[in-house]
Amino acid sequence: MTIDLHGFGPALLAGTLMTVKLALCALLLGLVLGLLGALAKTSPLKPLQWLGGTYSTLVRGIPELLWVLLIYFGTVSLMNTLGEALHLPGLELNAFAAGVIALGLCFGAYATEVFRGAILAIPKGHREAGLALGLSRGRILSRIILPQMWRIALPGLGNLFMILMKDTALVSVIGLEEIMRHSQNAVTVTKEPFAFYMVAAFIYLGLTVLAMTGMYFMEKRAARGFARASQ
Amino acid sequence: MHTYKKLLLAAAASLVFSANAMAAEKLRMGIEAAYPPFNNKDASGQVVGFDKDIGDALCAKMKAECEVVTSDWDGIIPALNAKKFDFLVSSLSITDERKQAVDFTDRYYSNKLQFIAPKNVDFKTDKASLKGKIIGTQRATLAGSWLEDNYGSDIDIKLYDTQENAYLDLTSGRVDAILADKYVNYDWLKTDAGKNYEFKGDPVVESDEIGIAVRKGDDKLRTRLNAALKEIIADGTYKKINDKYFPFDIY
Amino acid sequence: MNWEVIIKWLPRLAQGATLTLELVAIAVIAGLILAIPLGIARASRNGYVRALPYGYIFFFRGTPLLVQLFLVYYGLAQFDAVRGSSLWPYLRDPFWCTVLTMTLHTAAYIAEILRGALQAIPRGEIEAARALGMSQAKTLVHIMLPRAARIGLPAYSNEVILMLKASALASTVTLLELTGMARTIIARTYLPVEIFFAAGLFYLLISFFLVQGFKLLERWLRVDACQGR
Repeated sequence: MTIDLHGFGPALLAGTLMTVKLALCALLLGLVLGLLGALAKTSPLKPLQWLGGTYSTLVRGIPELLWVLLIYFGTVSLMNTLGEALHLPGLELNAFAAGVIALGLCFGAYATEVFRGAILAIPKGHREAGLALGLSRGRILSRIILPQMWRIALPGLGNLFMILMKDTALVSVIGLEEIMRHSQNAVTVTKEPFAFYMVAAFIYLGLTVLAMTGMYFMEKRAARGFARASQ
Repeated sequence: MHTYKKLLLAAAASLVFSANAMAAEKLRMGIEAAYPPFNNKDASGQVVGFDKDIGDALCAKMKAECEVVTSDWDGIIPALNAKKFDFLVSSLSITDERKQAVDFTDRYYSNKLQFIAPKNVDFKTDKASLKGKIIGTQRATLAGSWLEDNYGSDIDIKLYDTQENAYLDLTSGRVDAILADKYVNYDWLKTDAGKNYEFKGDPVVESDEIGIAVRKGDDKLRTRLNAALKEIIADGTYKKINDKYFPFDIY
Repeated sequence: MNWEVIIKWLPRLAQGATLTLELVAIAVIAGLILAIPLGIARASRNGYVRALPYGYIFFFRGTPLLVQLFLVYYGLAQFDAVRGSSLWPYLRDPFWCTVLTMTLHTAAYIAEILRGALQAIPRGEIEAARALGMSQAKTLVHIMLPRAARIGLPAYSNEVILMLKASALASTVTLLELTGMARTIIARTYLPVEIFFAAGLFYLLISFFLVQGFKLLERWLRVDACQGR
């Protein structure tokens, strides 16, 4: 079966690149937010615990589509105030930035739970050993907790990344020219919804396979030295 | 020392302001790009259509450099107010509801609302015959609010994100008829997909004026747009654009 | 924040919320029913039996729900054969299209949850059942599935919340559920922040009650007692 793309091939390719860019940027933001959220939730300070908990509950309870719409249209007055303060009157959030923030926010909320689980999974003795060796709290975090946490959190983060990549389709609603948006344009012109949405589906499948392959190698690398011990 | 600082501040401030004045000559026009023939995208992703051509002609007259920004129809007025763009040339009907949110220029064309339905179906547009029918229209349009206000409880109104999706559902038989702008319907009826459909009844709304929207209180841009609009009508640019899309005058 | 507007439109939003609940309820129950054979086949040791559910799960988990919804709603309607079939009265209706897509989508995820749960059952329990003379089918129905249900319940409750949020996509195919209603109200008021905020509160409220409900169910089924091996 061959599919006639009616000249929309390059547009779909550009959309794919945009989707990948969006997913990677949101991933970066989400990892940072998730790490901060997890550290806040596991910290001994009550207000920080509360902050981390509220963040992950609030964000996970509201649909991603609503976050995308809210951040795109809701940050106007905030941006205007910020713009005046910085003497940049044209300051605003474009669809890409809004998409990165919305998806990063959602990824971060779930990643908070994944990272928290990973932190809790590290045996207490490791932290105590660090303390006994006279390491500072920061050192224990960066040298003992984080490197081990990474390995435990990786499969969970991989799943979240697959979800994130599919959620990028939602950003088409605010006009970002990614795969879905380009497919819709093509449908408008060609009146062939089945063919073009099918093509879009296979592009996403391809991206998922790529991400899964990447995850496989990362997990293998992160687990080096562990495979033998657990056998 | 103090005066020196003040001077520096003043210099910096003037720099910022002059930069503003320069930047003001770059304007961004908002377009939905899913509403042929008024606005849509071709295969290369370029925005084309009547609205785009009018917008370009106005920008040329205003000696402004214009950049096209696309937005979903649903969010197109919030996007204007969110300063995603400076003016909105996207076949926007001038309505009282919208006037509360944005300001309008004079009309740049006028339109009518008219039903279309399959040729082989006897479709009457009086209130009694419409009862129980499924009518498709685009969300956040004059047609949408007109149907809600006049027939809200009697008919099943389906609201679509784009006009094109409404047409897809007319051809699949999900809706009995579509109420939309006459010229948009006219253009669609000419396409291959629309060959088995026709206008039904008389236009239900006769006085639909289409204007360019600017943010509330942006009178400076509004007057400039109005002046440019008068110019393109006077010098025949408007007629040229009109003739490119329609064999009759739509002003 | 314009509270008056929020209060004025609250009844319409509540109306949308009811439709959201209907969509989610049907989808997660029908999805569960569909997922049981899928999950069992997926956990099978026979490679041929595994292949079909694997392909199904791979497709539905690997593509966005929005694409699936557009494929079912706009894509299928493109074909005369579909429009002439006896299923058309259902596929014609955006409600059933959305329910169908959500069900197919969530079934893939629930099947994976079920597979994980089935494989997490300690082997000894299954062997014990077989040693007592229970047939394979009997073991499955009386031992494995009840056990898997308890192991998988927390993950299933997560999936229900995810479907609640996914139902927002129904607004793209003309359904006036919570998000669709919010977007339609915004089309008349041009106050996105207020209306989306109110809609967000509805979602939070619904997910709060769902989470509490599942907690009760977990206590009733004594799930925590079954988690330890």
